[in-house]
Amino acid sequence: MKARRIAAAFSLAALASLLGPNAIAQAQSADRVLRVVPHSNLAILDPIWTTAYMSRNHGYMIYDTLFGTDEKAQVKPQMVEEWSANADKRLWTFKLRKGLEFHDGKPVTSEDVVASIARWGKRDAMGSALMTFVDRMDTPAPDTFRIFLREPCGFLLEALGKPSSNVLFIMPKRMADTDAFKQIEEHIGSGPYVFKRDEFKPGDKSVYLKNTKYVPRKEPASGSTGGKNVYVDRVEWNLALRDAQAQVNALQKGEVDILEALAFDHYESVKKDTTLQIPATAPAGLQYMARFNHLHKPFDNAKVRQAVLAAFSQQPFLQAQVGVKELYRVCPSMFTCGTPYGSPFGSEIQSKSNMKKAQELVKASGYDGTPIVIMKPTDLASIQKLPDVAAQLLRQAGFKVDLQAMDWQTLVGRRAKKDAPEKGGWHMFLTAWQAHDIWNPIANAALDARGEQSGWFGWGKDDKLVELRNQFMREVDDAKKKKLADAIQARAFEVGTHVPLGEYVQPVAARKNISGFFVSNGNLYWNLKKN
Amino acid sequence: MATDKTADNADDALSTESADVMRYESAWQRVRRSWSVRIGGCVLLVLLFIAVAAPWLGTVDPTLFDAGSRDLKPGQPGEIITLDGDTIKHTFIMGSDSFGRDIYSRVIYGTRVSLVVGAFSAVVALAFGIVLGLVSGYIRWLDGPLMRVMDGVMAIPAILIAIALVAMFRASLLSVIIAIAIPEIPRVTRLVRSLVLTIREEPYVEAAVSLGTPTWKIMFSHILPNTVAPLLVQGTYICAFGILVEAILSFLGVGLPPDIPTWGNIMSEGRSQFVTFPHNVFFPGLFLAATVLAVNILGDGLRDTLDPKMARRA
Amino acid sequence: MLATIPVLAIVAVLVFLMLRLTPGDPAAILAGDAANTEQIAKIREGLGLDRPLIVQFGIWARDIVSGDLGESFYFKMKVTALIGQRLEATLSLATLTILFAVSTAVPLGVLAAWRFGGWFDRMLMGFSVMGFSIPVFVLAYILIWVVSLKLGWLPVQGYKPISEGFWPFLRHLILPSITLAVIYVALIARVTRASVLEALGEDYIRTARAKGLPESRVLIRHALANAAIPIVTVIGIGIGLLIGGVVVTESVYAIPGLGRLTVDAVLARDFPTIQGVILFFSVVYVVVNLLVDLSYVFFDPRIRY
Repeated sequence: MKARRIAAAFSLAALASLLGPNAIAQAQSADRVLRVVPHSNLAILDPIWTTAYMSRNHGYMIYDTLFGTDEKAQVKPQMVEEWSANADKRLWTFKLRKGLEFHDGKPVTSEDVVASIARWGKRDAMGSALMTFVDRMDTPAPDTFRIFLREPCGFLLEALGKPSSNVLFIMPKRMADTDAFKQIEEHIGSGPYVFKRDEFKPGDKSVYLKNTKYVPRKEPASGSTGGKNVYVDRVEWNLALRDAQAQVNALQKGEVDILEALAFDHYESVKKDTTLQIPATAPAGLQYMARFNHLHKPFDNAKVRQAVLAAFSQQPFLQAQVGVKELYRVCPSMFTCGTPYGSPFGSEIQSKSNMKKAQELVKASGYDGTPIVIMKPTDLASIQKLPDVAAQLLRQAGFKVDLQAMDWQTLVGRRAKKDAPEKGGWHMFLTAWQAHDIWNPIANAALDARGEQSGWFGWGKDDKLVELRNQFMREVDDAKKKKLADAIQARAFEVGTHVPLGEYVQPVAARKNISGFFVSNGNLYWNLKKN
Repeated sequence: MATDKTADNADDALSTESADVMRYESAWQRVRRSWSVRIGGCVLLVLLFIAVAAPWLGTVDPTLFDAGSRDLKPGQPGEIITLDGDTIKHTFIMGSDSFGRDIYSRVIYGTRVSLVVGAFSAVVALAFGIVLGLVSGYIRWLDGPLMRVMDGVMAIPAILIAIALVAMFRASLLSVIIAIAIPEIPRVTRLVRSLVLTIREEPYVEAAVSLGTPTWKIMFSHILPNTVAPLLVQGTYICAFGILVEAILSFLGVGLPPDIPTWGNIMSEGRSQFVTFPHNVFFPGLFLAATVLAVNILGDGLRDTLDPKMARRA
Repeated sequence: MLATIPVLAIVAVLVFLMLRLTPGDPAAILAGDAANTEQIAKIREGLGLDRPLIVQFGIWARDIVSGDLGESFYFKMKVTALIGQRLEATLSLATLTILFAVSTAVPLGVLAAWRFGGWFDRMLMGFSVMGFSIPVFVLAYILIWVVSLKLGWLPVQGYKPISEGFWPFLRHLILPSITLAVIYVALIARVTRASVLEALGEDYIRTARAKGLPESRVLIRHALANAAIPIVTVIGIGIGLLIGGVVVTESVYAIPGLGRLTVDAVLARDFPTIQGVILFFSVVYVVVNLLVDLSYVFFDPRIRY
């Protein structure tokens, strides 16, 4: 028994000696380091090669952009000093700001810019749409580049200043010359932070140091525009901390400073905690969406798709997935409520329906009892409850449902398959889009109705929709654009391209000593102070 | 896990039992008198009853939910929407999860999955192990290659095999059971093989061989009966391990689909808010620990009584 | 000893087959969201997935012999480099766990054997059955809740490399290694108890006692020394158990080690990483057990290789 007592005494002593030095160690390293828990893992470092939001956020840290989009959705210059268009709007001339410099010390030239636009134009949806208008680009001076258009384009600046994936980040020419379908090997930008490559460990952490040579604009930060002032020395992304409860624990204990994606379940408890805050950073939020596979029975039939639109009232989805009333809103628009094109125009089939109506529509549609294969991702907390709600509502409306659980990677692989659902294909999946990726008819991939050629999974086909969208691309007048957007939305509801399932705000949680948050579409880490 | 203990003790197991009918009976009498066996057995019988009678124990469909009743504390009343669209009142005696599903119903129905996974992974591992063990103990030229493959399987940590297999195939009850059973097969094989090797040297087996009794007959009438006791003990450990691994797989997000009520799934769902709503993890955790404990105690009891020499060593 | 080479070869074959014979197209996964059929076919060709299985195995085997485990689909880097990055955390956790487990379990086992059948013995046996029965993650949550959240003694998550100072390093590892050690303590204590018990029944112990040696010397110098081989053996076999525990523990405590890597890789269907990590763990298991075999010479001079 003696040995046991000694052992106990020893372990107590060891414990006591550990508690002492801890507070000191934590205090000295912490002050100028911003410790962030991002919403996901960072695996791909090329923000042009992938649309993943994590890669986009990484891009914002180290690269700069020609234009940005502010919190009111206005395009503002960023690296560009001034620009002009000729009378027929077919020649655009841009002049860069002075003092732009890449992290390797070389100045940013118009050659770098043109190469960057070219690579981005091969990958990004809006970028490739823009490229169909572009005749050629040239560089009359190191700080000047010109874009020659075949015909006037209604979204040139919107594309160049696109705030979300894929963002037109400006890279050195040698990097931008990389094949657009291969990933870049270097990570040199001209942005407010320098990437610390040797400390990057995917699944563990990603580190950024302040770019001391960066010259911020004078305007206040707003969206992806304005002065990118950096008040910390170092930003550390913690890529290992994935469990929702562990994230909140760590934030409450001061082991991290910011949670990019606070789980809805913890919203109330964080709000009550006096050491924590929930800054309003992205009020435009995200939209949930259910997408049909238009290639196969029964969703090749517009009547069946309409029955689903009638069955999918937004409230049950939002209540189950988000739950916190102040974080979600019912919005019958396909373009995000509160943004320029957001309106309920033509949404009656969904917004004015009920389950009775849906049951009648299912009966009238000639649905033959094919079980609906819904793909459910099990590892994505932000959307994983939606498929269960969809399944329950479809069953209530009279559909047979086959809810198949899988991880997101598998889902992503499988949704690309055009095979019949019983042969490894699918009928429906549910996802979420950030407002800025769906807020106009060009960006919104679900409205690309070119059938099997269309850029997004589901392959809806409707010639009228394609025609309306083409008109929109060529339109330069704002009022007419708005009209066209309404018409596109009404047509999309009529043919049932997809189902908008309501909007929500992803709360960010931070410790009280972090200040300087501003409104943007995503997760931008300049302007922040740590006291 | 617990099975590791027995693997290297296989040789000791041999000497304890022979085909002596008298000793067999007395062994079973000893089993019945053992307190470990009685306690473990009783708990398991209760769990078995719960599993079979789940629909009549005041439960509702464990997959139904109403988001209006999410995150209820134990004992709170709420509502559930049925498939016909009717709303029914329900008291959530163990609370509800973040969907609004009834945790009590899920825990009760989860008993079925856990017991089935535990029992069948033991059965599958034993069945394959017995066949392979008999083959390698009897067909000499196959012995070497077969045992090397078994060594290879044993060198891969069991949980890694299970995780990888379940993740690669779509997780279903069958794939989970097989994934849990495969890493257990080598130990059973080794055990059976060493029993065979010893028993075939016994005079009465040699006598049977010299009388021209066919090999399969010798296997079934002389060798298999002698393996019952050690295999029963081994089986309980595999069962306990299987129940735990199923929970671990679900917990890590690679197990059965999350809407299927299993203890691991309930805890996995609840882990994201275990500080605010510990009941999500607590109740299924309690059932899980109690079940595994009962199986382990039963196993220890069986080993102590059926295999006294082995009992002393571990 | 030479037997370890065929075992490793068989492990390699098994790992290869396990991942190649399963459904799911690595090329489609690698290609990601926006890929079309031709792009996927191109990738499949690039990976050599269109060749016969035996050729694929040949290439793979040649690569691993030369120390190349391929490139991770998900993390976009060499699997060997990835394992290298994650090794320190797991190695530290495992070492601390073993140290902790052995230094607790062996004395407990000896004491239990010494007072065989007494209350301490029964308590220890009870504890060890419980240790086998409580799921690792439930234990982890209880510890986090009590020690970190309620008492505030230790950090709730994370890992600090030893280069950032010894105390921060150790503090982050205490809870995970206690969590992980419980089942190990249960196992080792049982085996120690049983082995010492057996040794205590032998003639030479009776002789030693008859000579009037103090009880502590009898226990440690004679009984424990003779019980060393089964104890060391079970520590070796227990490595498998430890690796399994590491996978869960690292997930709960957000430790960026190899266990966490395994789970991430499995969830992302990252075939090269899964293969690499399983192979690596298996090699560790085989090598540790080889060392255990070799250590018999040290514990028992009668054994020679």
